[in-house]
Amino acid sequence: MTTKERVAAVDGWFTLDDTDPRLLGNRCTRCGSYFFPKASAFCRNPSCDGTEFEEVPLSNRGTVWSFTTNHYAPPAPYVAADPFEPFSVAAVQLPEEKMVVLGQVADGVDPAMMRVGDEVELVLDTLFEDDDHEYVVWKWKPIEGARSDG
Amino acid sequence: MGDHDVAVLGVGMHPWGKWGRNFVEYGLVAARAALEDAGLEWDDIQFVSGADTIRNGYPGFVSGATFAQALGWQGAPVASSYAACASGATALNAARAQILGGLCDVALVVGADTTPKGFLAPTAGERGDDPDWLRFRLLGATNPTYFALYARRRMELFGATPADFAKVKVKNAAHGLANPNARYRKAVTEDEVMASPVVAEPLRLLDICATSDGAAAVVVSSLDYARHRGGNGAVRVAAISTVTPSYPNAVIEMPDFATDSAAAVPAGPVTFRDAIAQGAYAEAGLGPDDLDLAEVYDLSTALELDWYENIGLCGPGEAEKLVHDGATTIGGRIPVNPSGGLACFGEAVPAQALAQVCEVAWQLRGAAGERQVEGARVGLTVNQGLFGHGSSVILAR
Repeated sequence: MTTKERVAAVDGWFTLDDTDPRLLGNRCTRCGSYFFPKASAFCRNPSCDGTEFEEVPLSNRGTVWSFTTNHYAPPAPYVAADPFEPFSVAAVQLPEEKMVVLGQVADGVDPAMMRVGDEVELVLDTLFEDDDHEYVVWKWKPIEGARSDG
Repeated sequence: MGDHDVAVLGVGMHPWGKWGRNFVEYGLVAARAALEDAGLEWDDIQFVSGADTIRNGYPGFVSGATFAQALGWQGAPVASSYAACASGATALNAARAQILGGLCDVALVVGADTTPKGFLAPTAGERGDDPDWLRFRLLGATNPTYFALYARRRMELFGATPADFAKVKVKNAAHGLANPNARYRKAVTEDEVMASPVVAEPLRLLDICATSDGAAAVVVSSLDYARHRGGNGAVRVAAISTVTPSYPNAVIEMPDFATDSAAAVPAGPVTFRDAIAQGAYAEAGLGPDDLDLAEVYDLSTALELDWYENIGLCGPGEAEKLVHDGATTIGGRIPVNPSGGLACFGEAVPAQALAQVCEVAWQLRGAAGERQVEGARVGLTVNQGLFGHGSSVILAR
């Protein structure tokens, strides 16, 4: 059995670290605004004239703002499993960064058990595979038994 | 009557459908209909403003010139606008600016589209720096995915149910029955909506608008020109809002991966969707209580409910009650989407905002036939184009 090479489905957006995966955003060194994907050249806060950014790993936990399950295969460039399996997408509120970040929900999670307000954590999971590679992406995974009232 | 008013001399459409022909052909039909409605000849037009389509090759990117060529070159200056779903309002605004700036007296605005089957997809190729490409690639986030996130949020915040969403479809389907330009002219029951296949939970096939071919055109002029020509000049454009969001935009927007961060600057109480209509009200010196009807962008049934609140028809969480009580049905307090809306049309992106304007113009003239809102004097359209394009037009007579 050969092992496929594990590669990020997009470069520079997250760490390929299974023990502590993080999304990689950046923060304006002048006003402290966070950006994901990373901002470049000029801060997008209109009252800030910052031009320098530091790369920051974003919070690896957040709460579900909303979620959905797609029952039809999206068009290309999405690489859908064959046969297609429904998959879920969650919008997750990050506490520190005060922003909402989308991600697929980790494989194997039953969306019927999910609720807005659930606490989730960032994991790495397969997006798609070809003959030689496993392309991985960030996904959100509910933390067992953790549910906030907000 | 405001300083920034222009007259709507003529409106016209090519019926919505899945006709499979070239978008230019639809645009021509709509343009000729609008010219005839205005009582003008093509030669009379002094400025041509096209709303672009990005799925039909180069002619779609230079739609103003494409339509001008197809109508027969007559020398008029052109502009072409792209603002996603807001393209029609942006093109109308370009024409209005020419008129108000005194650069021309009368202009033709045209939008037309031919759409592919199924989901709208991003432009082809390997485009790793395009968020619209990346959201499909990395998330499999279709347009309905975003609509569903809003719908679920509505259920969570306000206790909305799929049956509430279905009621919107039932209403719009009933409105569109008598609209000759609508693609779907068939009564729909709540049960049928709730038995249709799930696309993106909690939204089902009949909650989500289709993509369509279609075209709409509007002839606008200065008030002076309208007075001299007589005709259909009683309806005026009282406001056009093409606002962008204010930082930080705290609501996730298609096609983005994330909202702005509110860590350094707190998010204000006015959302982008609120700001779109507020911009139009401020310019017209009118408010929600002045409206007799509204055409809102019901990409999904649940989104129509969001719009009720965004345009100030009711407070947050009160939209379900409006649709339950029939307030937004023709004959109710404030009919919404008397045309049948996207539920009956499907979306023909660059034509859709202009189609909304056509409908309101017909309503204000009392020419909407069986779907007429009695005595309508003021109507508002609202819509939002991806990448931060607001679109709201107020028409008055």
